[in-house]
Amino acid sequence: MSLHPPDLQPGHAAALAARTAARAADEGIADVVYATVDSPVGRLVAVATRRGLARLAYELENGGLDTVLDEVAVRLSPAIVEAPARLDDVRRELDEYFAGRRRDFALPLDWALVRTPFHRGVLHAATEIPFGATSTYREIAAAAGSPTAYRATGNALGSNPIPIVVPCHRVLASSGGLGGYTGGLERKRLLLSLEGGMLGV
Amino acid sequence: MSTLPPFQRFLDTHRDDVLRFLVATVGRHDADDAFQETFLSALRAYPRLRPNSNLRSWVLTIAHRKALDVHRARGRRPLPVAELDDRPAHPAPADGGRGGDHWNRVRALPPRQREVLTLRYAADLTHAEIALALGCTEAAARRAAADGLKTLRKELSDVPAPA
Repeated sequence: MSLHPPDLQPGHAAALAARTAARAADEGIADVVYATVDSPVGRLVAVATRRGLARLAYELENGGLDTVLDEVAVRLSPAIVEAPARLDDVRRELDEYFAGRRRDFALPLDWALVRTPFHRGVLHAATEIPFGATSTYREIAAAAGSPTAYRATGNALGSNPIPIVVPCHRVLASSGGLGGYTGGLERKRLLLSLEGGMLGV
Repeated sequence: MSTLPPFQRFLDTHRDDVLRFLVATVGRHDADDAFQETFLSALRAYPRLRPNSNLRSWVLTIAHRKALDVHRARGRRPLPVAELDDRPAHPAPADGGRGGDHWNRVRALPPRQREVLTLRYAADLTHAEIALALGCTEAAARRAAADGLKTLRKELSDVPAPA
């Protein structure tokens, strides 16, 4: 026997850390909370501030959990904890959406990760496209007040920090093509077919 | 430019070290609460921390201060420390806990010796880091460690020589 660090029960530090993170979220000490959410389009990372949902990332397409959180730490705050219970509403609404039982999201949103007022205008215009319908980059550019800026509109939609909930997947090329998507075209197709609007695309 | 990692990653990286240190210095009974207080305090200060800080010694310094709070609170309680330490909040690990008896003895040492030995051998801080955490000179930290080990060696045969 000698003066070694004491042994820990397996899993005890992890359980304490989870309890601490939950307390940090409940007592409002953390600026940002996150959780992973399983979905038919792959695992999602949901990130919320005190205002609401700020980021919904496709874990694989968007570089993995660490990359998603690193970006949030730099752009919002490093005071981030994992707090699944704080994202129960997000998980429930997404589950209902993917089960075909929800057409509109009622979640409060935080637009803090949207870079410019123009992007904000474009994403706001996208939220106006109803479930099951589609629009075009040209129409969204016009709705955002810059009818000729449809390339910039595509960039704004491509950097949508809250896909699915802000339905940028409902925006297609004027030619009728799919255009692009932050989660990859396969997922865009899947979301559109789930909504029943564009089965043949 | 380096940036602070998301707090959750910082918590996951250092949770085992912080808990080991707290178990050594306050015992298993009080370690859980001190652990939560440590990381909640760390989170409050985290957004203002310099990105190139040594996060490990920073959080262990906070844990050290939380441990002092526990020891001070015990000083005000009617029960002697040794009695409290004999009531484990969690069953000991199957092997009986390496050095468990030793940490009980370390907790009975004078405060400065206890602080230096737990920071050195349970938290694995260097004497320089310990001096920073305690606000003393490195020489004083080394001396306190040597004194503490000397006392322990009177009771035990195989405590390591001062590093």
